[in-house]
Amino acid sequence: MSGTALRLPWWADYILLPLLNLVLALLAAGVVVLLTGESPLEAVSTMVGGAFGSGEGIGYTLYYATDMVFTGLAVAVAFHCGLFNIGAEGQAYVAGLGVALVCLYLDFLPFWLILPLAIAGAAIFGAAYAAIPAWLQAKRGSHIVITTIMTNFIAYSLMEYLLVNVLIKPGQMSPETRFFAPNATLPKMDAILGAVGIDIAQTPLNLSFFVALACVVLVWVLIWHTRWGYALRVVGASPRAAVYAGIAPAGRIMQSMLLSGALAGGVALNEVMGAQGKLLINFPAGYGFTGIAVALMGRNHPLGVLIAAILFGALYQGGAELAFDMPAISPYLVVALQGLVILFTGGLATMLRPSLVRLLRVGAAAR
Amino acid sequence: MPPAGLQPRTAPAVELRGIDKRFGTVHANRSVDLSVQRGHIHGLIGENGAGKSTLMSILYGFYTADTGEILIDGREVTIAESRDAIRHGIEMVHQHFMLVDPMTVLENVILGVEGGALLRRHVPKARAELRRISGEYGLDVDPDAVVGNLPVGAQQRVEILKALYRGAEILILDEPTGVLTPQEATDLFRVLAALRAQGKTVILVTHKLREIMAITDRVSVMRAGQMVGHRVTAETSTEELGELMIGRKLATRLDKAPAQIGKVVLEVRDLSVRDVMGVQRVKGVGFSIRSGEIVGIAGVSGNGQTELMEALAGMRRFEAGHVTIGGTTVSAEHPAFADALRKLGMAHVPEDRLRTGMVPPFAACESAILGYHEDAAYARGPLLDWRRIERHTLGLMEKYEVKPTLARLRGSLFSGGNQQKLIMAREMERDPAVLLVGQPTRGVDIGGIDFIHRRLLAMRDRGKAILLVSVELDEILRLADRILVMFDGRIVGDLLPEDADERQLGLLMAGAG
Repeated sequence: MSGTALRLPWWADYILLPLLNLVLALLAAGVVVLLTGESPLEAVSTMVGGAFGSGEGIGYTLYYATDMVFTGLAVAVAFHCGLFNIGAEGQAYVAGLGVALVCLYLDFLPFWLILPLAIAGAAIFGAAYAAIPAWLQAKRGSHIVITTIMTNFIAYSLMEYLLVNVLIKPGQMSPETRFFAPNATLPKMDAILGAVGIDIAQTPLNLSFFVALACVVLVWVLIWHTRWGYALRVVGASPRAAVYAGIAPAGRIMQSMLLSGALAGGVALNEVMGAQGKLLINFPAGYGFTGIAVALMGRNHPLGVLIAAILFGALYQGGAELAFDMPAISPYLVVALQGLVILFTGGLATMLRPSLVRLLRVGAAAR
Repeated sequence: MPPAGLQPRTAPAVELRGIDKRFGTVHANRSVDLSVQRGHIHGLIGENGAGKSTLMSILYGFYTADTGEILIDGREVTIAESRDAIRHGIEMVHQHFMLVDPMTVLENVILGVEGGALLRRHVPKARAELRRISGEYGLDVDPDAVVGNLPVGAQQRVEILKALYRGAEILILDEPTGVLTPQEATDLFRVLAALRAQGKTVILVTHKLREIMAITDRVSVMRAGQMVGHRVTAETSTEELGELMIGRKLATRLDKAPAQIGKVVLEVRDLSVRDVMGVQRVKGVGFSIRSGEIVGIAGVSGNGQTELMEALAGMRRFEAGHVTIGGTTVSAEHPAFADALRKLGMAHVPEDRLRTGMVPPFAACESAILGYHEDAAYARGPLLDWRRIERHTLGLMEKYEVKPTLARLRGSLFSGGNQQKLIMAREMERDPAVLLVGQPTRGVDIGGIDFIHRRLLAMRDRGKAILLVSVELDEILRLADRILVMFDGRIVGDLLPEDADERQLGLLMAGAG
């Protein structure tokens, strides 16, 4: 009975509630900005203007969003199987190796062959790296939160070793590979749209944005419209019911983590093959962790992840603009503002829900 | 508080006036009145969803009533939360115990009333007090025993001790005998009688009419959120109460045709099973089931029935032994899991329906294909055909009277009885050769019980083999063509229902056969 009382219409759960949380976050951020002596309204308009006010701003926003769609989906897929994958960061990092190996050593192939190979490289390396904590969870019962955190650190060390000692372009100090050949980099969005006669600003936004969109659709179909996704959700929602139904949880845990790692590998596609055109130190830059907030805010639904990723992309881009335009607001403060948004939309996502339930019930009674 | 002497001695211990409570569109209590005399055992009966739990939750402060008054000893009080109820001497023993398993009895009893930050000074006092209460009411429990190791009946005594230790004057017991053996239930009634003799007031919430007749002084009946009658127990009958409860006459006997028994379809030999902790729960069990018969396994819960059922259903590996079904033999070396067994014609209605038989956050139609999601009938190419699954679910719902008939509603929002009917529909409509059923009517109301029993008998009459595990002796006696009694992982009795009486079964169940 109490369950019935706590039901909300879908639009309240998926649209109104996140919006209210965002407003709360902005209010709290406004107070912080006020404390620095700047005008909150000006800060908001700088951020929004910076994120969406120009072709360049939109390009950067979507470029950041691309990374977070990948990591957000990675976290969401694992979550549907009852797993909290904190390791998207490390999986994305190792996936960079897969992409780089293809782009460095197979660049005698034409682009249309390199592209699928690089996607496969990202997916396989990301998945393989996720397989370690997955196996430990499925077979040994080691908690995936702990093991994925630990594998992140191992990934940092591994990649640093490889970049410093093995993959570094000879004759330079910074631990980076050489630039990939033009046929082994992803075309930028301005080039793609330019080819069909649409003129847009030059930004790091590239072909992998479309790959990310395809992944949104793919994950949606997989999770809700296939037997595989059904079995995955049964394991996530009730492992006992899964055993009852003859679904072996261990297998689904492995598979969902492999898919999760493969999705996290998308970051490597966007960054290594797309934006940078080379493999460099620490390119995932925390997107794996932001993906957790993105998945939380998007309620683990692919469409929600897409929307949340664009919001966070806007925060990144608008925040950079803010730090640039308003000197009193330091880059650290921008990070704090982003943190507030994560706190309110992620950590406190359902804080307002009981009040909303009461409010809507009163509204319904008045009708 | 003014001295009790200022109150008229005739004021009832508890009086509820015009209690009204809505949950959204559900009108759970409609202007309910209830008056309970001091020193009485007062029965409160009604089907599931009749509103008894809501009413008691209001008295105990879990919910607040939309309108209505609560009077304790004739004085109007406000009970906004459980703490208020406890202050007024009201305590509740829940159906699912609220005990901390790894703690001792004494630690559980003083939990929340420790009497200070340091336990050292308080504990000896608490121990003496506990001993006094135990003696006074015949509540025999070792204060230093770890609660998790105690049998269910003893755990219940701990709950009652806890309530009395906190100074309970009014004790609410919610379905207290659901988990007890007949002997344990008799012990409980003895304790309740002792409480009454000491002037305590007991409200007994149950759906078992026999218990009402055996122990209560007065009884109130609820139906569909309303109070439909108050009776003095000595002046009423089970027939009258049953009619009040369901609003029509009850069919007293189930028409049971003689069994048309065929050949053996499920054979179990020397089956041993260990649980996750490595404890041997099933110890060399052997039996067979023939087509057209219902074999009932009686026993106090926790004597290996759960593990036996799970092993047979392919949810648990065998330690040793063989099971033959449909010509295929399953053993520890050649295990078969639930999906393989389903293909061999095994269906399973698990005892823990909410956590095992369905997926609580899933829509009804999603739970309606649990275990059969690989079936080509539900697929369109590589995708699941949700439209067909929904149609199939609505068909099941209509045939098995599942209400509300909404395929998209979350499974956890259905009542226990309707969840059970949906699971039974899913398993029985597959027309399996063998059906395993665990606790089919636990927490199901009388109308639902009747429906489920008829369905099981109909299936038996179609020549299917059914293995029924139940802690309800009535149910076993009513349905089974053969009764096996399980105690401590072994089968300690194999008898025909016409040769069995409740006392004898109870002794076997307690290991005293």
